[in-house]
Amino acid sequence: MNFPILSSLILLPIVGALFLFFTKDKEGNNLTAKYVALFTTVVNFLISIYLWISFDQSTSTFQFVEDRTWIEGFINYKVGVDGISILFIILTTFITPLCIISVNNSVKNRLRDFLIAILIMESFMIGVFCALDLVVFYLFFEAGLIPMFLIIGIWGGARRVYSAFKFFLYTLLGSVLMLVAIISIYWITGTTDVVQLYEIGIDVKYQNLLWLAFFSSFAVKTPMWPVHTWLPDAHVEAPTAGSVLLAAILLKMAGYGFIRFSLGLFPVASEVFTPLIYTLSVIAIIFTSLIALMQEDMKKLIAYSSVAHMGFVTLGIFTLQQQGIEGSIIQMISHGLVSAALFLTVGVVYDRMHSRLISTYGGLVSVIPKYSILFMLFALASLGLPGTSGFIGEFLILMGAFKDNFLVAVIASIGVILGAAYMLWLYKRVVFGKLLNEDLKKILDLNRSEYFILSCLAAPILFFGFYPDPLINTIEVSVTDLINMHNTNIASK
Amino acid sequence: MENLNLILPEIFISLSIMFLLILGVFKNDSSKITFNLSLFVILITTIITFNETFSITRETLFNESVVIDSMSSLMKIITLIGGFLVLVISSTYLKTFKIYNIEYPVLILSSILGMMVMISSNDLIVFYMGLELQSLALYVLATYNRDQLKSSEAGLKYFVLSALSSGLLLYGCSLVYGFSGSTNFDIISNQLNSEEYVLTFGIVFILVGLAFKISAVPFHMWAPDVYEGSPTTVTLFFTIVPKVAALTVFIRFLYVPFLNLIDQWQMIIVFLSIASMVFGAVAAIGQTNIKRLIAYSSIGHIGYTLAGLATASNEGIQSSIIYISIYVVMNLALFSCLLMLRRKDQYYENIDDLSGLSKNHPLLSLCLLVILFSLAGIPPLAGFFAKFYVFKAVLEQSMYFLAIVGLLSTVVAAFYYLRIIKIMYFDKEKDKYDNDHSLWLKLSLTVSTILILLYFIFPSQLIEVVSRINII
Repeated sequence: MNFPILSSLILLPIVGALFLFFTKDKEGNNLTAKYVALFTTVVNFLISIYLWISFDQSTSTFQFVEDRTWIEGFINYKVGVDGISILFIILTTFITPLCIISVNNSVKNRLRDFLIAILIMESFMIGVFCALDLVVFYLFFEAGLIPMFLIIGIWGGARRVYSAFKFFLYTLLGSVLMLVAIISIYWITGTTDVVQLYEIGIDVKYQNLLWLAFFSSFAVKTPMWPVHTWLPDAHVEAPTAGSVLLAAILLKMAGYGFIRFSLGLFPVASEVFTPLIYTLSVIAIIFTSLIALMQEDMKKLIAYSSVAHMGFVTLGIFTLQQQGIEGSIIQMISHGLVSAALFLTVGVVYDRMHSRLISTYGGLVSVIPKYSILFMLFALASLGLPGTSGFIGEFLILMGAFKDNFLVAVIASIGVILGAAYMLWLYKRVVFGKLLNEDLKKILDLNRSEYFILSCLAAPILFFGFYPDPLINTIEVSVTDLINMHNTNIASK
Repeated sequence: MENLNLILPEIFISLSIMFLLILGVFKNDSSKITFNLSLFVILITTIITFNETFSITRETLFNESVVIDSMSSLMKIITLIGGFLVLVISSTYLKTFKIYNIEYPVLILSSILGMMVMISSNDLIVFYMGLELQSLALYVLATYNRDQLKSSEAGLKYFVLSALSSGLLLYGCSLVYGFSGSTNFDIISNQLNSEEYVLTFGIVFILVGLAFKISAVPFHMWAPDVYEGSPTTVTLFFTIVPKVAALTVFIRFLYVPFLNLIDQWQMIIVFLSIASMVFGAVAAIGQTNIKRLIAYSSIGHIGYTLAGLATASNEGIQSSIIYISIYVVMNLALFSCLLMLRRKDQYYENIDDLSGLSKNHPLLSLCLLVILFSLAGIPPLAGFFAKFYVFKAVLEQSMYFLAIVGLLSTVVAAFYYLRIIKIMYFDKEKDKYDNDHSLWLKLSLTVSTILILLYFIFPSQLIEVVSRINII
């Protein structure tokens, strides 16, 4: 492959952002800016689809690899995709244009700057998923903090400053230890190239500490209990598009990192720390589901449900079973779609009523039926109803868990029930019941762009719910080889 | 016969200083021409330095009391460029306070001369001579805005404390001389060995004196007051140019005369480094004046630079030099922004004055955003790479504690940089500032911001230049 397709995926949004920087719109009219941003992200989506089509599913070696000297004799700029990362790239390029369409309704001032931030964010996120060098990965991983900090801080809600600071400092604190680990890996093995590291492996005596350093970063980002507290704050205060990016893609960086780095580089340590991950995941699933039940604020409820869902993901990854890891990846993709959709549906009513409190609503079904139907679909997908993508992920994860540890699997299954409880209760309180609030009678149903965005999200949720083969085929070989590599590493040590 | 070409820059600059003084005395209204001529002088000196010495690996002069090597020439060039930029962006500021006089460029030139002597010194006496020349010029510069109480206070404080530290330094030098019987660095290096415990006193005195000059904790007390009181352009000069020179001397002392005594000084440097990083990060949080904040932030940055020195390896020295070079660019950019906060002949230097800057001056605040994130060390900006190289060197020596404390203090430091960004971007706007800045000011801000922003594309060039430096 000669054409640097991955680099162009990373660079295109930045070029778009530069272009946006020089566009000028009259006050209150931001059409040009919006079209430029939309055009860039749609082209990026099409490129990533092309990437998926030309991707060879029968091998687990990295494809479309680009390898350039970056810092002489030290770091190479190396990117490439395998079956695991490609889906996340497509998720990113798919969600971003939808975010950009949705800003019409939620972002009122400085739209152009907002779009620039989103585009820069997109290129950093794609970079994270295709980086094949630890330093390059760290660079993209951390750089994403800057635009997200601004998105929350400038366009967020009332407590935006507190949330932006909390988000930034929490994640930075988590990641500095990862930087120490990355540099240490360089001095231990002489390279930061992931592919080479897979081959040579890292000495067992260092693995535990290094694993913990990576874990500190990924645990904050995932977020795992007990370092999840930044997430509800960030979600509640961020503008809708920001919440969508945060839930749909940013959280997946950590899950991806667990699979790519924690499992791949430190097989022995992963085995050692599996009980830790199990405990934290199970607590996250049960505990945050219970918290979600008690929430008054819709966005906060969905934020806590994200923590619970990510608990399933980490659980699945560390079952170290084919089904568990595949389930985790599918769960992440599905959660990316579903949580994005849920935040958008909350955004829809928030734009009309300017309240996120559940008690404001009730009886929406009689005034805005279209909205209620789509909301129902997403709520059901979130609780993992068969026929939606949420089911496939959760089912596979639990299957993997039952193979590995019966008790953990049983407790996690209780989480599924709790998930159904808070989602259905939320839906009942918002959509059904008597229409008590007078203001709600004048509320308008979905407009064209909202309808379009939500249907775009509903289609893949249903499609992959009934026919997950395209996803599973893409990841299967890579996951199998990852597990084989893991097992041979364990056996040899 | 000595090869005087090697010290041609110093000779040229000292002759020019005398000429400019005479010109200033005999010609009326000569401030403008002195300014322009001194810029020209610095430019020529830079070119001479580059031509005559840049390719030299190591040569010595005057009984080995002056050394010209790759480190000295690189640091001299950084010093000169720093001095040039300070001079070029200070004119508007000085005119506003009606202190646009001939003494200003002449004093800057003399302190640069002093620093160049310091950088090249390979002998205790030569070193002390250069140090005093630059310090005397700096005392006067600190009080340069003599109608303002704070400026005089700053100068006085700086003078008293700096004289004290020079005394300590001199005492240390005499102890070292007493034990080694020579003032020459190379001879001292051969004479000293780790057996002599009393010698440690000499080293400690010298290190304390030097730590004072670069304002490392716990010898930093003068920095916030002096930085706040001095005229802003002088503060800019203080934060970059003398630091570069003092750091070079620091490196030279540690790695030439005291090379065999690593066990004795390594702990001291590690302590200075950790204390500076932590204190710089914590103390800056409560500041309301930007110049004071910069003082604390520069204390923190010196801590990172010292972390590189503490490794006792060539990589460490190189990473420190890379750090200080990037730091110079970042500080220059930061002060260019600060000098742009001018409204009707009044300069604003409180953090609150930045409130809502992004609405009135989107470009300026965007530059400031980039600079602040870079100072905080967030990738992919230049400041991240600076820290990255330092910690790479530190971890090579398995100094995990130093690395982890350093990185954790970057998180604390990130807080106060974020606070400024918050005030700029999230708070309500105030009145507009003037937009008629001098071309040079705009240019220096743009160029330095672009350097910070795009450093990640060409990281190898700087490393290549610095990698020629092999002291050990």
